[in-house]
Amino acid sequence: MAILEFRSVSKTYDKMTHALTDVSFSVDEGEFVSIIGPSGSGKSTILRCINRLVDATRGEIFFDGHDINRAGKKEIRQVRKKIGMIFQHYNLVDRLSVIENVLHGRLGHKSAILGAAGYYSEREKENAFRILSKLGLTEQAYKRCDELSGGQKQRVGIARSLMQEPRLILCDEPIASLDPSSSKVIMDHLSGINKNMRITCIFNLHQVDVAVKYSKRIIGITSGRVVYDGAPGQLTKSKIHEIYQSNEGELITDVG
Amino acid sequence: MSGEYMEEAARPQNQTSVFVKRKRTFTLASLGVMAVFAISSAVTHYDVIGGFESVPAAIIWIAKNLVPDGRALSRLPNILRKLTETALVSVAVTVCAGICAFFFSLPGTRTTKTKPQIARAVRVVAALFRNVPDVVWAMLLLFSFGQNILTGFFALFFATFGMLTRTFIETIDEVCDACVEALYATGATYLQTVFQGIVPCSMPEIVSWVLYMIETNIRNSTLIGVLTATGIGAMFDLYYKRMDYGSASMVVISIVILVIAIEIISNQIRKVIM
Repeated sequence: MAILEFRSVSKTYDKMTHALTDVSFSVDEGEFVSIIGPSGSGKSTILRCINRLVDATRGEIFFDGHDINRAGKKEIRQVRKKIGMIFQHYNLVDRLSVIENVLHGRLGHKSAILGAAGYYSEREKENAFRILSKLGLTEQAYKRCDELSGGQKQRVGIARSLMQEPRLILCDEPIASLDPSSSKVIMDHLSGINKNMRITCIFNLHQVDVAVKYSKRIIGITSGRVVYDGAPGQLTKSKIHEIYQSNEGELITDVG
Repeated sequence: MSGEYMEEAARPQNQTSVFVKRKRTFTLASLGVMAVFAISSAVTHYDVIGGFESVPAAIIWIAKNLVPDGRALSRLPNILRKLTETALVSVAVTVCAGICAFFFSLPGTRTTKTKPQIARAVRVVAALFRNVPDVVWAMLLLFSFGQNILTGFFALFFATFGMLTRTFIETIDEVCDACVEALYATGATYLQTVFQGIVPCSMPEIVSWVLYMIETNIRNSTLIGVLTATGIGAMFDLYYKRMDYGSASMVVISIVILVIAIEIISNQIRKVIM
């Protein structure tokens, strides 16, 4: 069953720049999808249209029964509650402790006043510690986030999104700032979350090899249009060059 | 070293060299500054040599007249009382203006704005308050409140409010961009984002700016006090006009000591919170 559906979605910035043109695809519950494409091709815009951090200009987006583009303020909040998001630069509140950042995942579920005051129930705290221990961050729980390494920060980002009890997790370049070993840890955690908790995951990735290894489906975007949508096995070399509009020998993946 | 990196040194064609451009800009700028100095000296009849020559005489006059004497010392308790009053008013003004400016700046930032029109309005209002110096505010407010401590309070308040709103807008946009996006993405409300995201991440910067404005306001309040006949400024004005230079310099010395003390304290606070 489709949990997310794009129907000819277009996005123009300042009436000039066409970020997305006529993008259509649908994602089933439990899928692990990677979106690849050159910088500035519209990958981030696609993710941000889903939780309305960016408003699409035309077309329809359906998520779990919500008509995203027509949703009012209240409904947007309902939608965002169900969608976790992980960022390239982690986007944590660096001066707060790890556990407080993880608990931020509950804000969408709380009343405005309780959330603003930072009041969380014992159950929520218990839950946060459980998630942290699963991600191997128990020792770091009371540390300030600016004391952590990049890989640890990204795990805090994952913990925050899990606190939301999401149906979908959007990952915007989650490993672009990480070294290869932390990257593997992060990708393994997310892949485990996808398999064990049946949470749908949509990735933006620059690393084609990582996308091929982990995902069951790849969507290729070139200047705002979908040019590939299929299994990683069918992603041939020439297809990759079509997505990145490059010639043989010009990509880092061509080396070796 | 050999191979293709050693073969030739190609340079961009048909473009002026950066080095030539740099030299030309520097020469023109120096000539410009010299010309401005020459013209303005001519207009105001400013004599450079005469100006420097009068420095030793000024120092001798200061040494003769501006040394606090016994009478000045007997006035010290009075001076200190007024000084504390002025300092406390400055602190109160700055903190009030800081709290108002924080909430006022929120709709003005890129990250937390509600509507672009409102954001623009906030920036215009802040610029208006900031660009009128506090002394001019004091002059304006003298008409409505007269020579009163309220006049000084509001003059400092308006100028500080404008200045802090502007800096808070920039600080919030700079420091809180990323975490605000993440909090919105979790479904947090505006209020939750402000108190759980913006407040913790911008607080050190904000406190630091408020401390800086406290220092500035203690200095400025002296000047405003001369205008509004209140606080330590009025006291200085009184002694000075009576030609009681010893007491006037006592006032100046105590202000200097206070300002240095405040600076040391606020640097310590900064070190702890950063």
